[in-house]
Amino acid sequence: MIRYGDTIREIAKKILEEKTVDLIIGFKKGTLPITTEPVLIKDAQNSDQLYWDSFCNMNLANYLPKRGEKIGIIAKGCDSRNIAVHIVENQIKREQLYIIGVPCKGMIDRRKIVSFLGGKEVREVTESDEDITIKGEGFEHTLKKNDYLQDNCRTCMHRNPVIYDAIVGDLVEERKDPDPYDDVKEIEGIGLEERWESFSDLIKDCIRCYACRNACPLCYCPTCFVDESDPQWVGKSIDPTDTMTFHILRAYHCTGRCTDCGACQQACPMDINVRTFTRKLNKDVLDLYGCEAGLSIEERPPLDTYKPDDYDKFIR
Amino acid sequence: MSDKIIKKEELTDILKALKETYEVIAPVKENGFYSFKPFKDGGNIDLNFTNTRLSPKSLLFPQSERIFEFNLDEKSKDGYIVKEHPKDYPPSVIVGIRPCDAKAFKLVNINFDNPEFKDPWWVKRMEAMTFIGLGCNEPSSTCFCTSVGCGPFNEEGLDVMLFDLEEYFLVRALTEKGEKLLKQGRVDKDVDEGLQKKADELRIKAEKKISSSVPTDKLKEKKINDLFNAPFWDDVAFACINCGTCTFLCPTCWCFDIQDEVTKTVGDRIRNWDSCMFPLFTLHASGHNPRPEKVQRVRQRFMHKLKYYVDEYNNGVACVGCGRCVKYCPVNVDVREVFSLMNGL
Repeated sequence: MIRYGDTIREIAKKILEEKTVDLIIGFKKGTLPITTEPVLIKDAQNSDQLYWDSFCNMNLANYLPKRGEKIGIIAKGCDSRNIAVHIVENQIKREQLYIIGVPCKGMIDRRKIVSFLGGKEVREVTESDEDITIKGEGFEHTLKKNDYLQDNCRTCMHRNPVIYDAIVGDLVEERKDPDPYDDVKEIEGIGLEERWESFSDLIKDCIRCYACRNACPLCYCPTCFVDESDPQWVGKSIDPTDTMTFHILRAYHCTGRCTDCGACQQACPMDINVRTFTRKLNKDVLDLYGCEAGLSIEERPPLDTYKPDDYDKFIR
Repeated sequence: MSDKIIKKEELTDILKALKETYEVIAPVKENGFYSFKPFKDGGNIDLNFTNTRLSPKSLLFPQSERIFEFNLDEKSKDGYIVKEHPKDYPPSVIVGIRPCDAKAFKLVNINFDNPEFKDPWWVKRMEAMTFIGLGCNEPSSTCFCTSVGCGPFNEEGLDVMLFDLEEYFLVRALTEKGEKLLKQGRVDKDVDEGLQKKADELRIKAEKKISSSVPTDKLKEKKINDLFNAPFWDDVAFACINCGTCTFLCPTCWCFDIQDEVTKTVGDRIRNWDSCMFPLFTLHASGHNPRPEKVQRVRQRFMHKLKYYVDEYNNGVACVGCGRCVKYCPVNVDVREVFSLMNGL
């Protein structure tokens, strides 16, 4: 996957020079090892800055809403699905986009690397197709990438971009895993009170920084309900009820729209797996309507449409 | 008071002794990261850390704090009277605070305790608090304290400094408050020359280990408008998702918001941390927002820390180089690069 970089730079340079697009949204190398930074490139000469490795974990679709230009955008499977969601929800037009698709074998969870090192710091990182080598003061480890993938990447069933104008490598094999929702079933299996307790425990460290919301491409409302002050829907302190209200309402707003890209979990500075909430809703939407978000730019989202074969009888 | 020495395993007993007089707060590892929590006799303290995930600023300036309470029932005898919410300010000691975070308390103190304004809750907590610092033998690659007027063994804001000498801690009282506390904890064994020398060497070695630096020398002479209108802000802000991670993890961010929360006729006036990254931070009652765009909010954060503060207080930058914002920004917006851009304009 690391080799994708050259192809990304080549394509970007070409479409900027030919004025197919006005700008490119991609990743550049981070100032720290195992980090990348989303970047906007306007000048073909600067396309060298574009970079690719297994730490390009943010969802670039997040940077699309409200833009009027013609945009070239680098898209993994999940990013491409969120681009599709944006198109369906009229946040961007398909004609505005030149999508440079990246077949993805999963992003590495930097927290898993940090936790493996137990306090030691990564100073240098290199990767091959299957392995990643991390070096620091007095250590060098070669790890299997597959053992350190983000949780959402481990169960991802759409690793190839669903829409694209160019593709930077051969498509990868999709998983045939029949059931990616083991973790959700575990929570479904416990009693109501215990479940509430586990949710309360999950968010007890939340500092209301909204990194989860802001890293999410779905959260593009001009004013989020938590930022409304007149009327004020939810308190602004770290009172557990207000914090829970934020998390549960945010999750519900994502119903039928979430691609489980994992940006929310990766962004959280307190290591809270907020995907716990959205994954249950993803599973429900799949079970009830047979829908997964962002697989097509033709289909309306499941919660703003009606089909005669709706599972609920009251509406028939 | 001359420097003292304790064996590392004696620390827990000393803290237990201190608990008779003080609330003891120490670094504790929970859920994979460190934070300052009340010390328990069982010994939950863990000093094997680089730094805590959140700065300790909430100990003096809680993220949410009930400051007043009121009653909106006109018939009640205290109807429409705002009363201070009662609180205790027990003598407290924070053990193992890093020098950067201790300096940050001194820096934030300028805002909450000055000739013009005295924030009563901050002032009372500050008076009640004794700071025991732990020098940094192994600074992180994201630490840049030495270029912002701090250092791995900087003493500002501390009452006591601990030097980690493998089996021992060298204990140095820096203030009267510190001396009093050491007496209370019965720390009275003088250090020998050899260990004293080792501590001095440690300090020099640690300063040399700081691999990251930022330029600050030209910030003062720059014109505010030139920096404000600099061409780099769009690039700096592009990746930013406008979350509050940097401001909430920062030991020197001091902005807050006051909220009234009312249930039926009873209400609380609450002070919450606020963040210049949030649109609501500057939203006027008229509906006008002077900083409606992300780029303006990002610029504000850096201008405040690296220019407005510099000009206002003539005291360096409003940053202690702890590197938390660098490490935990989800999109790698790196303050060190902004230092270079602003200083180099």
